[in-house]
Amino acid sequence: MQKIKCALIGSGNIGTDLIYKIQRSEYLEPVWMVGIDPESEGLKRAQEMGLKTTAEGVDGLLPHVEKDGIQIAFDATSAYVHAENSRKLNALGVLMIDLTPAAIGPLCVPPVNLKEHTDKYEMNVNMISCAGQATIPIVNAVAQVQPVDYAEIVATLASHSIGPGTRANLDEFTYTTSNALTKVGGARRGKALAVINPAEPPMIMRNTVSCLTDETPDEQAITKSVLAMIKEVQKYVPGYRLVNGPVFDDKRVTVFMEVEGLGDYLPKYAGNLDIMTAAATRTAEMFAQEIIEGTFKPRPVEVA
Amino acid sequence: MTDSMITGDLKGRKVILHDMCLRDGMHAKREQISVEQMIKVATAMDDAGVPYLQVTHGAGLGGNSLQHGFALASNEEYIHAVSSRMKQAKVSVLLIPGLGTMDELRSAYEAGARSVHVATHCTEADTSPQHIACARELGMDSTGFLMMAHLNDPKGLAEQGKLMESYGAHTVYITDSAGYMLPADVKARVQALRDVLKPETEIGFHGHHNLGMGIANSIAAIDAGATRIDGSVAGLGAGAGNTPLEVFAAVCERMGIETGVDVFKLTDVAEEIIVPMMDHIVRIDRESLALGYAGVYSTFLLPAKRAAERYGVPARDILVELGRKKMIGGQEDMIDDTAMTMAKERGLLKAVAS
Repeated sequence: MQKIKCALIGSGNIGTDLIYKIQRSEYLEPVWMVGIDPESEGLKRAQEMGLKTTAEGVDGLLPHVEKDGIQIAFDATSAYVHAENSRKLNALGVLMIDLTPAAIGPLCVPPVNLKEHTDKYEMNVNMISCAGQATIPIVNAVAQVQPVDYAEIVATLASHSIGPGTRANLDEFTYTTSNALTKVGGARRGKALAVINPAEPPMIMRNTVSCLTDETPDEQAITKSVLAMIKEVQKYVPGYRLVNGPVFDDKRVTVFMEVEGLGDYLPKYAGNLDIMTAAATRTAEMFAQEIIEGTFKPRPVEVA
Repeated sequence: MTDSMITGDLKGRKVILHDMCLRDGMHAKREQISVEQMIKVATAMDDAGVPYLQVTHGAGLGGNSLQHGFALASNEEYIHAVSSRMKQAKVSVLLIPGLGTMDELRSAYEAGARSVHVATHCTEADTSPQHIACARELGMDSTGFLMMAHLNDPKGLAEQGKLMESYGAHTVYITDSAGYMLPADVKARVQALRDVLKPETEIGFHGHHNLGMGIANSIAAIDAGATRIDGSVAGLGAGAGNTPLEVFAAVCERMGIETGVDVFKLTDVAEEIIVPMMDHIVRIDRESLALGYAGVYSTFLLPAKRAAERYGVPARDILVELGRKKMIGGQEDMIDDTAMTMAKERGLLKAVAS
């Protein structure tokens, strides 16, 4: 069966983990890995796994896009360079899956709103953040039952799983995730907190999701909706699990989750890495299916 | 304590005191200190000569949340109310990256804050570069604050402190958030920092009194080269409280360490203003001793007591388990989570079928 050829930009934790996810896909094939440091572990790993590589950044990839038939690119660099990467690749008709906090395109959480984006044939979709992918489905599950005035999430991540880019720009992570709790989650106001824990052995990613509902929460309906949503996420992240709750306290609903990864590039504790790369892969697969079936043809985006 | 604890004659050493009643003390008051109370406390301390007062939600900028509780007023309201009335004292704030943001720091500066503790866990200094740089850009007195410092060794802390210095921190703090350290632990850590930091970079120590070592630890820090000490008058702070500042000032005076504060005025503030404000007497009770003994974040004390009431698992058991699982500052959500998991194991709570 035909597979859609992909390029991965950024050879850090996320880019490297993506190679594994995409290689397993029925619809996607990883062809290029783009980095900026020829000595990076990610580029070496990509070569070993049979990908073509360049350490010249996106400009090193551009001359090969047409010849190698690249139709989808994943950007796991940083918010600061994403806009330029996206402009250059969109101009060649390559669809961008953005894993940086840049968020130029619409925000995507697969079980909540992926269908909307494929229906509109977007050329750039943003995956928000690992904490966003892990918590927005739960906020949305509550918001589907009744209006949520405020959603607050606390994501705790193992120190080893957080790369230098995220560390140096923690505010961007906070702003992007908070914004998405309202835009995609459906809460009126949102706040995201991140904690980086260095415990040895490393702790599995934890997420605590709290929602304040306008009216007294319908305990049965919310519990049912949350459990159904967890099953949806488990389709692409099997280690997405309820630990405690939902707990109901006046108008507050609290759900305690953990995310265990598949252990592809980083060990299983780094569920934050998995939920991001798995969500991006699932998003790309939905577009790829449309391309294969001929219902979507990515077109060059004219540069203004 | 051994004789080798104090090696130098500390007479004539100058130390800058920093009061935490209106920030760390917020934890002990479940964030319920009013603007009027803050003004009363701060003006009295200003009059007693305390040079720095920290004023924010207990968790600092961005702290108002379900996770950390909602205060009676916004950080900006508290900061403005206090700073506009100070004759000599400067108002400082706490900022923990991942919770507080640069936008909130700018807003605190506008409201009158002129000093900031940028706090990270003791191994995660590299989450603070943008916030320390932002503080410097605003012209603030900027501190890198290494929390739960008992969980990193002297060499590791020296590396982390060096990073914070490279981002622009004027001062690097060893922060004993769990009140776990003993004087020799403090001394080794401060010395390791002193060995690698530039001579003009100051070193500070922030203690908790969970094992009754707040004052001894602060003296050990000064002996090893620290020039800034955090405390709180009457010890109003998380856990068994901070180093009681009026007692520490008296000890300094006896030792000839210069703090510039009026000891008797501070003891009046403690007796007449702070102690009457306390909801519970801040002391080394069974649970706060467990914090210091097990190395647990002091702020977990009151939420653990609440979780104990709700789920029927003793607070001390919850705290020790949190210590065993190596939970750090900011993970207050894990208190209820841990209590529920323990309650299920003890047959006190039923799991939701999933």
